[in-house]
Amino acid sequence: MVAKLADRMLLSGDEAVALAAFNAGVLLGTGYPGTPSTEILEAFAALGGKAQWAPNEKVALEVGIGVAFAGGRSLVTMKHVGVNVAADALFTAAYTGVTGGLVLVSADDPGMASSQNEQDNRHYARAAGLLMLEPADSQQAYDFAAAAFALSEQFRQPVLLRMTTRTCHSKSIVTQTALPGPAQAPSFERNIPARVMIPAYARPAHHALRDKLARAAAYAENCAQTIVEPRSKALGIIASGVAAMHAREVAPEASLLQLGFSYPLPMQAIRDFVASVERCVVIEEGDRILVTELRAEGLAVEGKPERFRFGELNADRVRRILEHDDSPEAKIPGGKPPALCEGCSHRPVFEALNRLDCIVSGDIGCYSLGVLPPFTAMDTLVCMGASIGVGLGMRHVLPPEQAKRVVSVIGDSTFVHSGLTGLAEMVYNPPPTGHVVLIVDNGTTAMTGQQEHPGTGRTLLHDATGRLLFEDIARAMGIADVITVDPMASDVVLDDVLRQALDSGRLVVIVARRPCILAAPKIRQYERAAAEKRIGIAVRVDG
Amino acid sequence: MTQVINVVVAGLGGQGVVKASDVLADAAFRCGLDVKKSEIHGMSQRGGSVASDVRFGPHVHSPMIPTGQADFLVVVAPDQVDVNRHVLKAGGLLVSPASLEKVPGKLQAKSINVALLGVLSRSLEIPLEIWEDAIRGCFPEKHHRLNLEAFEQGRQAVAG
Ligand SMILES: Cc1ncc(C[n+]2csc(CCOP(=O)(O)OP(=O)(O)O)c2C)c(N)n1
Ligand code: SF4
Repeated sequence: MVAKLADRMLLSGDEAVALAAFNAGVLLGTGYPGTPSTEILEAFAALGGKAQWAPNEKVALEVGIGVAFAGGRSLVTMKHVGVNVAADALFTAAYTGVTGGLVLVSADDPGMASSQNEQDNRHYARAAGLLMLEPADSQQAYDFAAAAFALSEQFRQPVLLRMTTRTCHSKSIVTQTALPGPAQAPSFERNIPARVMIPAYARPAHHALRDKLARAAAYAENCAQTIVEPRSKALGIIASGVAAMHAREVAPEASLLQLGFSYPLPMQAIRDFVASVERCVVIEEGDRILVTELRAEGLAVEGKPERFRFGELNADRVRRILEHDDSPEAKIPGGKPPALCEGCSHRPVFEALNRLDCIVSGDIGCYSLGVLPPFTAMDTLVCMGASIGVGLGMRHVLPPEQAKRVVSVIGDSTFVHSGLTGLAEMVYNPPPTGHVVLIVDNGTTAMTGQQEHPGTGRTLLHDATGRLLFEDIARAMGIADVITVDPMASDVVLDDVLRQALDSGRLVVIVARRPCILAAPKIRQYERAAAEKRIGIAVRVDG
Repeated sequence: MTQVINVVVAGLGGQGVVKASDVLADAAFRCGLDVKKSEIHGMSQRGGSVASDVRFGPHVHSPMIPTGQADFLVVVAPDQVDVNRHVLKAGGLLVSPASLEKVPGKLQAKSINVALLGVLSRSLEIPLEIWEDAIRGCFPEKHHRLNLEAFEQGRQAVAG
């Protein structure tokens, strides 16, 4: 497959990571969709790599850890908030370490092009004690991803590859190089003290982790990702990620230190760089992490005003930072906001919720657009799965006449991701007024570009596999009132079903099922292909 | 070409903005130039505004075009011209559906994006064969003819 690719290619950062993973002999790519990371696994699968969607990021990382314990290389991808979900596994994987290379891609979204927050996941490297690499363009995405697998095996640690929306989605030129394969083939080796984190084994593991980080810091001093471009003595810039590109553009004369190996920091290289210039400015997107750490080391470096913590950096903003210009920035004219497609099956649901004056505990997906006019039918949105817990919490304390109007609305992919435990909570701690959970099942993960999930019964490559049935799950959990409706049936039906559920004072799960209108033709095609395959198998068995 | 050329392609989700910027970036790439292309696509398929930055030249650093530095602004939706005009530099060229008034024959609505590239191509030093290769490279075979025609119609719309 790779042989067919030209040497010089125009690739997105996501595609470049996928290509590096493929060339590095990754045995399994796993993750959960999330802009801007989603295309990595899709591209990896298109190259012929084995890739699969997990129900959520925590499971994805756990599967990746299993692959790495077995000695194989694994790639785990998610958006920045996904790392919160996976964090429990991540922090202790830093203690256990790995055998095969494990690279976790965290795709951050400064500026929130498509996210609920703009958290800066460079903090995770520090909090968990993990090596972090930060590419600035697609070539570096390829090179750093490749290096990350080797580093992971060298230091026997998961490595974080931090991308951002710009590095994931921008296209630039990549020249692919042949990559050394994995150190070994998978084979189980028992190593109980390293992998069973009971306190007796975890205490020495924490010491071992800190020793590894000290060695990694020494390694970072002279590695290929610590990039020094000495130019003018008057101005030096220390930058990481795409900010290094903006800085190079704005200040072509400046000396530049790009911290591609961004944790642990190559402190001596930084000290030498700072000493080599008269003025040194740290250009970093997001939180003021580098500047704080460098100042703690006693280095005289300039940072950025608070206003540049928000949103993405760009050449204009970098110029302002360099020129100490903290004046208000011009407002860019707002474009047209997105809206639910014409014919979207979520539309009638939010019209009904609006008509019945529900208090809607919402969730994340295309259906989040139900918050905007003409629906204005969403009152809360926190994180994936929160609709159920938040709805229950409100039901517990609101006066009954308000509590009775609360509905939790959750998408199908989101329900599998983190709604199951919410249902367990509902059954276990039912509010006095009951509760209504409305699963808007459009048969796909529409928000991120129509990925499959366990509720669709198809794999990442759309082949038939096991399927979770939401109605069966709800009943098995002890919810007697489970109703399926077609949201397009009629307004009357939809209103009736909702009103009865709200009035019943019981625990009710409503599944509003109708495929996403954009995905429907493809879903029909996958179903046809699966049916043909089944018949093919039956014929073969019969014959 | 000694300088970096900056082109912003803008419009609404579903109008082929990203596709048009792919064709342009691919054409520049086939000329052997350094190319960077960047856009924010998250919710764009739900009909919201989309803008894609394409930069090419001997060496490109930032993938984003600084405000007021675009040499060309290609807008696929007439109502998106005003919200994007600020990206153009003084003397920069706006290419919009209004530029297609003199198109010979009938133009298919869904290939306006490529027709606008035809207009743009008159102002860029990219050989015609390379444009055509880029179009073939970016579309499935069954759409080649339609798009090559639209591109040619766009070229004809400009008094050459
Ligand atoms: C922890 C986390 N992972 C991933 C995402 C990105 N994301 C937001 S909603 C969503 C799923 C949407 O699918 P679904 O619930 O089926 O709703 P639809 O978009 O189909 O309406 C994803 C993947 C996120 N916001 N948070
Ligand atoms: S992509 Fe599908 S789910 Fe999303 S708004 Fe359009 S029709 Fe609705």
